[in-house]
Amino acid sequence: MTETRRPVSEAMRRRLRRRYAAERRFRAYGAAAISLALLALVVLLVSVVIQAMPAFWQHEVRLPVQFSAEVLDPEGLGAAALPGADYGALVKQALRARFPEAQGRAELRDLSALLSVEAPFELRDRVLEDRSRVGRTEDILLLLSDGADLYLQAGGDGAGQGLSPLQVSALDSLRGEGRIERVFAWRFFRSGDSREPELAGVWGAVVGSFWTLIITLLLSFPLGAAAALYLEEFAPRSRFTDLIEVNINNLAAVPSIVFGLLGLALFLNVFGLPRSAPLVGGMVLALMTLPTVIIAGRAAIRAVPPSVREAALGVGASPLQVALQHVLPLAMPGVLTGTIIGMARALGETAPLLMIGMVAFIVDVPSGVTDPATVLPVQIFLWADAPERAFLAKTSAAILVLLAFLATMNLAAVLLRNRFERRW
Amino acid sequence: MTAFAAAVLLLLSAAAFWLGRRRALQLALAGPTRLHSRPVYHGHFTLLACAAPGFATLLLAALLPGPPPPVLLLASLALAGAGLWLALRRIAPAFRARPLVEAAVRAVFGASSLIAILATLGIVLSLVFEAARFFALVPLTDFLFGLAWSPQTAIRADQVGSSGAFGAVPVFAGTLLITLIAMSVAVPIGLLSAVYLSEYARPRVRAVSKPALEILAGIPTVVYGFFAALSVGPAIRAFGERMGLEVASESALAAGAVMGVMIIPFVSSLSDDVINAVPQSLREGSLALGATPSETIRRVVLPAALPGIVGAILLAVSRAVGETMIVVMAAGLAANLTVNPLEAVTTVTVQIVTLLVGDQEFDSAKTLAAFALGLVLFVVTLVLNVVALRVVRRYREQYD
Amino acid sequence: MRPDDSGPGAGSTRFLTKITARDLNVFYGEKQALFDVNLDIHHNTVTALIGPSGCGKSTFIRCLNRMNDVVPTCRVEGKITLDGDDVYGEEIDVVQLRARIGMVFQKPNPFPKSVYENVAYGARIHGMAETRTELDEIVMSSLERAGLLAEVRDRLGDPGTSLSGGQQQRLCIARAIAVNPEVILMDEPCSALDPLATARIEALIDELRRNYTIAIVTHSMQQAARISQRTAFFHLGHVVEVGETGQIFTDPHDPRTRDYITGRFG
Repeated sequence: MTETRRPVSEAMRRRLRRRYAAERRFRAYGAAAISLALLALVVLLVSVVIQAMPAFWQHEVRLPVQFSAEVLDPEGLGAAALPGADYGALVKQALRARFPEAQGRAELRDLSALLSVEAPFELRDRVLEDRSRVGRTEDILLLLSDGADLYLQAGGDGAGQGLSPLQVSALDSLRGEGRIERVFAWRFFRSGDSREPELAGVWGAVVGSFWTLIITLLLSFPLGAAAALYLEEFAPRSRFTDLIEVNINNLAAVPSIVFGLLGLALFLNVFGLPRSAPLVGGMVLALMTLPTVIIAGRAAIRAVPPSVREAALGVGASPLQVALQHVLPLAMPGVLTGTIIGMARALGETAPLLMIGMVAFIVDVPSGVTDPATVLPVQIFLWADAPERAFLAKTSAAILVLLAFLATMNLAAVLLRNRFERRW
Repeated sequence: MTAFAAAVLLLLSAAAFWLGRRRALQLALAGPTRLHSRPVYHGHFTLLACAAPGFATLLLAALLPGPPPPVLLLASLALAGAGLWLALRRIAPAFRARPLVEAAVRAVFGASSLIAILATLGIVLSLVFEAARFFALVPLTDFLFGLAWSPQTAIRADQVGSSGAFGAVPVFAGTLLITLIAMSVAVPIGLLSAVYLSEYARPRVRAVSKPALEILAGIPTVVYGFFAALSVGPAIRAFGERMGLEVASESALAAGAVMGVMIIPFVSSLSDDVINAVPQSLREGSLALGATPSETIRRVVLPAALPGIVGAILLAVSRAVGETMIVVMAAGLAANLTVNPLEAVTTVTVQIVTLLVGDQEFDSAKTLAAFALGLVLFVVTLVLNVVALRVVRRYREQYD
Repeated sequence: MRPDDSGPGAGSTRFLTKITARDLNVFYGEKQALFDVNLDIHHNTVTALIGPSGCGKSTFIRCLNRMNDVVPTCRVEGKITLDGDDVYGEEIDVVQLRARIGMVFQKPNPFPKSVYENVAYGARIHGMAETRTELDEIVMSSLERAGLLAEVRDRLGDPGTSLSGGQQQRLCIARAIAVNPEVILMDEPCSALDPLATARIEALIDELRRNYTIAIVTHSMQQAARISQRTAFFHLGHVVEVGETGQIFTDPHDPRTRDYITGRFG
């Protein structure tokens, strides 16, 4: 049997070894590529999470405050004087009492800077909620400023972090007495924007995003579903419908900033709609989301088997009744999935909303679709530019909030798809 | 006022439905003739006859510049009422309400599909209109071929155009540079990842990698921009300084590299589709001749998939050119004509944002320049997309 | 008399055995496709594998050049030897093996390259030519031996996919020949072709057997009778009967063989 065997030369063997080496290298390149991509993802997420951690905790100081009646109500007007009283003086008095070594105006200002600008208002709230405090001396928890907060976060034994030696020693001594408390930063989730980092929160942006997305949903879902239904069930195959299809595919690929330009030129300048309003933002985002909804809707409608339509027509239903009462309910999971995915993308959009003016500093939480508002990604953009170091953690924390919303929406879409979508 | 009118119209429409339906029911019970259409359709007919003219007028009133004139608001109510009355008169047993209503509904659905065309028209018209106003101030050739871009200094009207302050070449060059850097990151990594995942990877690796790539694709660009500006940029700068190089903190390399990472899933999933479209019979033919898997991929599969991959790359380039937030946050603001990736450059999208955000009167050459840039951006991405889709379609036809 | 090649007389001196299969069992996941197959393929002979569809013929020949390695769920048990060497052993390199055992598929699958490049592909991969002239020679002689040269001589730069169905299949044969194999496996090579093209390929096979060992899976008994010297009848994953072609078709020993030949099933 071995008479039929052909010998293998040494040259062939060498060549074979080279070929296998090339094979191994090629495989390694592929594995390296996917590893790099995954590494980038991990580095991105981990760095955001690590940077965000400090934003979820805030430091407060327990300071004895004397609610002296002479400061609060020098003219003896009684309760009426309390809302407008000089609580700032109360703060200064408390600091002077605690740190008698601080003599000059400059030193007192230094110490005041350790507390948040909110401190006087915090005291006012305490007095207004319990008038009997007037005349008493009580330990009150006061919010510290972002500079003090940063110093305490760093373990307190780092370099001054931009604080004066007086401020550092004051904080150290307060900490030594156990008067510094670390609390969870609920404020971050409940407040609107602020120039002071320790007071700034995402609630305003979250509500703004909510209003904007409501408008986007109300516009893109019915229009998209109706258009998809029309194109699949009723439209005759003509040059015109081809044109519509081409337009939809092109719109899906237009850069988002161009939609912002459209919104600026048309909605703001021609129609005169209010700048920075969720109404306009929602309209712009709806135009962006429409192609996604239409394309997903058409795929879902196309997946419904013809037998369903034929059966309905067979019992005498009109084409519209077939479409609305038989086809659409079966295609609905697919349409909804496409809508949710489109909403998720719209939630993360920034550029078009910058164009329509959502870039202003908005403190109030918007209460309707025509109030000036900002959205979460724009808030992130604005905070990223802020000079105060404390905004770094806030920006990262806001990113985590945004990512959490996106993860929820995408998860909902996946669950919807798995639970309801039928395989014919 | 408009909201009040809208609320009244809604109530009127609801009443119209109820009245129409009731009328039809009455007629059905009273006379010998059977109704052609079910009462609910008569109700819908009345509703449409009332709501359509009313809301149309209301919309017109709202969209007119300035506050809606009360005359129009009243007119909308009047038209709605007239529609209701006329419709009620039409209701009769032989009245073919259903086909009318269905035709109206189909027309509404058809109109919603027109939105796509209207949107494209709106984009084109608004861009062209505003850009035309810009080109009345600054000649087209100055814009397209000028080498000096400093729109912020062109405040006085007579300064516009004369000093070449709107020469967009450095801006185009900046876009090109950053796009190039992004592509040189995204294409090798994306393509090799797609090849590895579809030809070599074990199912477990694929099960982890595909969702991970989807996550990468789903991260908002503002997050990438933040990462680029606050982590990657300073890191590259520090690294460069240690090597003795001069690196800007807003280097094109930082913005381009992060943009490349963002585009990786795009290239990867498009390439994956394209590679999977190559028939298995070609792979088997190559393997049966004694080729190794990598030889098969390199010499048969990838060349066969090449048109599709080219299309995928063109689509990715279009995405990179139109990307805004990463460059706004991580790239520079000053126009800089260079090929050095360590310097800071600005891009078309950055300039659009900086020209339009902030206080300005709308008609100045500055803000109009943004629309001119927007027009260029729209045209370029449109051309790239059309070419890419055509290439991919011709490639698909080959294998179907 | 045994129906297969496992007994004495299997290694007689009248012919040389090129490939042997012993106790071959093949599984796709849980499903077993081949049961205890014992079969010899003789040197420079055309061996036809016949039987109804889905009975394992393609699975069998794909085991010979280890193309079933490409299918992840496929499990092969038993021994297959080429010139006495275990094909699934550690000393055998699968890349070399596939250069020695070529394959032509049911549907012609030329690469989307030129005619010349299609044929030159294998030679390039295995480094069989050092100069362009040598490569030309290999391509020309392969096309000649596949009976295609005359038709494509002035179209060598045209894409391989621009040829007719029959020409494409001959191109695939030329491509397989170019790497200088010892065995050519053919999996229903003519089933996608018209009768004229089929006849040309059958004539080609008859010529090729002078230099190559050929195993051909075919649905057509007439084809098997025309071109093969040995025939193996497969049924439901078993080799029911194997022997000289004339004997199988005129005097089959197993009733199942007789039923199939006379058209009772399949």
